[in-house]
Parts: sequence; C-alpha cells; structure tokens
Amino acid sequence: MSARATIEQARREGRAALIGYLPVGFPDVATSVAAMRAMVAGGVDVVEVGLPYSDPLMDGPLIQRATEAALAGGVTPADGLTAVREVAAPALVMTYWTLVDRYGVARFAADLAAAGGAGAITPDLIPDEAAAWHAAADDHGLDRVHLVAPTSTPERLTLAARSSRGFLYAASLMGVTGERDVVSTTAKDLVARAKEVTDLPVCVGLGVGTGTQAAEVAAFADGVIVGSAFVRALMDAPDPASGVAAVEAVARELAAGVRKPSGVEA
Amino acid sequence: MHGQAVRTPLTGRTGPYFGGFGGRFIPEALVAALEELDAAYRDALSDPDFMARLDELHRTYVGRPSVITEAPRFARHAGGARILLKREDLNHTGAHKINNAMGQALLTLQMGKTRVIAETGAGQHGVATATAAALLGLDAVVYMGEVDMRRQELNVVRMRLLGAEVIPVTSGSRTLKDAMNEAMRDWVTNVENTHYLIGSAAGPHPFPTMVRAFQQVIGEEARRQVLALAGRLPDVVCACVGGGSNAIGIFHAFLDDPEVELVGLEAGGDGVETGRHAASVSGGALGILHGNRTYVLQDAHGQTMESHSISAGLDYPGVGPQHAWLHDIGRARYRPVDDAAAMEAFALLCRTEGIIPAIESAHALAGAIQEGRRLGPDGIVLVNLSGRGDKDVDTAARYFGLLEEGSGS
Repeated sequence: MSARATIEQARREGRAALIGYLPVGFPDVATSVAAMRAMVAGGVDVVEVGLPYSDPLMDGPLIQRATEAALAGGVTPADGLTAVREVAAPALVMTYWTLVDRYGVARFAADLAAAGGAGAITPDLIPDEAAAWHAAADDHGLDRVHLVAPTSTPERLTLAARSSRGFLYAASLMGVTGERDVVSTTAKDLVARAKEVTDLPVCVGLGVGTGTQAAEVAAFADGVIVGSAFVRALMDAPDPASGVAAVEAVARELAAGVRKPSGVEA
Repeated sequence: MHGQAVRTPLTGRTGPYFGGFGGRFIPEALVAALEELDAAYRDALSDPDFMARLDELHRTYVGRPSVITEAPRFARHAGGARILLKREDLNHTGAHKINNAMGQALLTLQMGKTRVIAETGAGQHGVATATAAALLGLDAVVYMGEVDMRRQELNVVRMRLLGAEVIPVTSGSRTLKDAMNEAMRDWVTNVENTHYLIGSAAGPHPFPTMVRAFQQVIGEEARRQVLALAGRLPDVVCACVGGGSNAIGIFHAFLDDPEVELVGLEAGGDGVETGRHAASVSGGALGILHGNRTYVLQDAHGQTMESHSISAGLDYPGVGPQHAWLHDIGRARYRPVDDAAAMEAFALLCRTEGIIPAIESAHALAGAIQEGRRLGPDGIVLVNLSGRGDKDVDTAARYFGLLEEGSGS
C-alpha cells in the first residue's frame, strides 16, 4: 500500500497516521530491522528507513550519534533496502541526497521499487534540484516527499506540494531533529498554510516525542512523524532485545496519542 | 594553451551552476534565507554607498591594496623565473580571509541581522569574522573542530580576545567539515537574526559566487600591479586550494586572459596515492557536500572521507564548485602538493626572503617552484601568498625539530 492510502485510511478511522523513523544499522542492521518491525507492531502506520550519512547537517546530537555508530559498523544504502523489504508496512527511505546521487538515481529508484518501498523523503533535495529524481520516481511509481518549513513562502509551499506525492512533510520548527519539551506553535500555522495549497496529506515532523505531543499534533495534521524518541529507546537500552521492546512500547504510547487528539480542530 | 576552447567571458559566471557543479542541496528551511542573501549581495555590489564603505574599510582598516613583493632569492630555487608574491599575508589579521569577512559582515548589517556565525579550520576565517564583528558591533560565534583547536591554539585565543564565542566541534572527524555541519545546524535554528558567514567559495548558492565577489579584489589588484611591474601579464598564477576562496579571488581577474595559466595547488597530505590527502579535484569524485555539487573525497557509497593535511586550512574534503568547473573545462589546472614539499617551500621562503608564510600558502609556493623550473628565466609566476605563518610556528617547530637543543643552526 502507498503511504497516501495508509494515511487516508487512518483519516477514515478518525485519527492521524503515525510515522516512525529509525536509521538502519543502529545498533546493528538486524536490531534496527527488528526495531522497525516492532514499531509497526506497536502501531506505527508508515516507516521511515533512514540511511546514515557522514555529514548529517539536519540532525541533532542524538541521531548523529546513532548514525555515526551505524556507519562505524559498516552500514550501506543496500542495508536500507533490506530493511524496506522486511518491514510489514509502507516504507519510505529517508536520505541525504548525496547517497542517492552516488548510488545512481535511476538505479536507486528501480532497487527501491523492487524492494517494495513506497518512495523516498529527501530532506536536502529541494524541488528545484529534483528533476532527475522526479523522473525516476515516476518511472517506478514511487512517492516523492518534499519538505516545507515555517519560512516557506506561499510560492514555495505550492512548489513543494506540486512536487510531492504520498504526503507533504511539514518540518514544524526551525532547527534540527530532536525531541522538544513543547510542540512548536509554528506547526499548526504551517499545516494550515500547506492545506490551503494542496489536497495531499500533511504530516508534521521535528520535535514530537510523547503521546501527549502526538495527540496535540494529531488534532491538526494528517500524520505525526517521530524519530528521536525511537532512537533514544534503542540507545538507552542495556541490550538489543530490550531496545526493540522499548521501541514497541514507545510506538504504543504514540499510537494511543494519535487516536485521542487533544484540543479543538480548527 | 588552456581555455582557448571556451569563448564566452568566464568572468561573467554568477551561478547557481557552474557547468554541472554548484546548486543548492539544502533544507527547505534555508531557502528563504538564501534568497534574501542572494538579493542583498547583488544589491550591495551595485550600491555605490555599500561599495564605498567597503572600499574605505579596505584602505583604512584592512590595508589594501596589498603589495607585490618580488622574491629573487627564492626564485633561484625556481628555475630563475621571476616570482612575484601577492602579499595577502600583510592584510590586517594576516590572511585574505578578511576581504570576505568584511564584505559579508557589512552585508549582515544591511540585512538587519545582529549575529554572525562562521566555521573555521586554520582559524584565519574565524579570526577575520571575529574581527569584522568586533568592528561592526555584531555578535560572533565560531565553530571549530576540536582537532583544529589543538593545532591552531593561537587563533583560538585571538578569536576569544576579539569577543567571539568559539565552540569546539566534537562530531565526525572534528575538523573543518564538521565545523561547517555544526554551523549549518546553528543557522537553520537561528536564521531569523543570524547570518552564516561562510569563509570559503563553497556552500549553497549564492555563497560560492558571493565569496568570490568579495575576494576578486586580490586578482584585480595583482593584475594591475604585475602589468605595472613587469610590463606584461604573468605566465602562471599559483594559489593553494582547500575550499578555494583565495585561489578564485586571484584567478578571477585572469579568467579571460587565455595566455595566463592558472594553477591550483591542493593539499596532497601524505601523497594522493596513500589516500591520506585533501586533494578533492585530483583525488575525489563527483558528489554533494555542504549544499553544492562538486568534487568530494568520498567512499564507494557516497560517505565523505576524512581529509588529511599538515595544513588545517586546506584540510577539507570538498572544493568550491567554480574550481570543479574550471578543472572540467581545462581553464585551470589542479595538482597536489604533499606535506613534505609544502614544508620545504615554507622553510625556503623563510630563509631566502624573510617571510614566514602560512602552511596553506606554502603549497602555492611549492607549486611556483615547479612552474618556475618549467618556465625558466623568462617566466613570470604570480603566487598568492594568502596568509602569514605565525599561527603555524608550533607545527613548524615540531616538523623541523626546532625546539630541541642545538637545532636550527
């Protein structure tokens, strides 16, 4: 199933979708894949498979530490495709663009589709630079998810929405990945502005880490994207098995959150 | 002769692409700031008031124009060719970096921002940024790899004396590239009041073009000065290339003089064949780093590899996109100079001319020795002496064993 169909199914159930990110290869490939499967068992609807990169300039310290460890363990983009193949949910690869550039854009799209992947999220590939990716994604029916930010002008929101398929990723605050104490107040405004220019589902990422925050975001967004909270669960665990169990528990809390949105929908 | 196949004026190129290089590979959150910057610097360059202010700062504060020094005793080791040194080392703060820092700091005021951040490797760009910020009343934060902080301690102290906050970067290889990652993270978080004062002719558009615009004064002065001194243009212009700001600064005025060969000297470290080097054009592959497509030292999967050089300022695994393009079209040649050759040229300039160069610039001097030998006594080689070597005396002392009893005689 595509990411969009899954998110729209959630909407029919009267809730927001839950999208979970983990980088492949942390603490090792097998554990990361098991954790992604546990995420789905715990209630994650769509999985973001992160490809670790040496210069993750959009990630905060927590994900940096995890991806540095994954790279030290020798993880490669091919391991990301393995993870895509093994999770029992729509899976999107989340990657810095130079890795795909090196892999070969057409080959990446073909291999991702062959692995059963839904598409890719490209945080440092703005639509202006994405012609080759758009063509390759189209050839293989893949989702192409671009990001919008609080600083995006109406023109750029429109460009990102027109360039995206699957959903639109609203990076809800100015900053890098990582949990925050409070959900950014800019998130709701950004989603509203995006909704004015697109029918695509709009999902919110950056800074969401608890069930309460998920409930808050679920009141105005079609999907809630969580990364660092899952990574922390793996990182803080004394051993891989309890890490995987902790990931599932985090997913359950968040899944409950997206099912009882708090606040009044605008 | 290089460059004859290219007919359109090369000096007119302003990005965002240089052939297949350059562009903007950055988060959407930064697009608005890059658009604002693009408009602001273009306006500034055509604003007589802005340019007059910058020119005044150049003359009364930086010490421009920097002089040309002929190096006849050094030249004896370079085939007898005339060796002309463009003395960017004599600028205030001791390197070419101040040209760009002053321009961008003025631009920061123009944009109504109050805080500048910068990355630094050798510390020269950090010192230049801290200096410009102190002069113009801006807050300054400089990100510097932990490894570089150790090898360029003097510059860390200088930045702190100038009132800048120096933040050690402990991620990745703990050098220049990681400092740049950390600065980008700061920028995306604080973009509303903060300008990222990139020091190299790299990064997302418009940085490569804007940094070149603020550095091209080097070549404009040098071209006039060499004509006045020698009655003709030089045969070769040599400059060291890390990210490549001093090189593009001196090359730019000569781009459309096809008879002038442009030679960029990259940091060869232990030798390109050892894999321990920082020569992105000579030993890298096409990739994306810090927002632009260029030559990058990367592994088979696209992961950036650590660069190695005795010179912190050249220890960067990418290169400005305009250099990548000049290499591709054959207008400039790029070749590596290993640590040993650079240190030999460093020592030679000290002893023959009484000038202690930055180790970065010593790579250009090593290139000039080779070019001079090739050209012989009729040749003229212009070298961008991009910085002074005070910051490098510890490294040099260790390299040459100068702190041991009875050494240096």
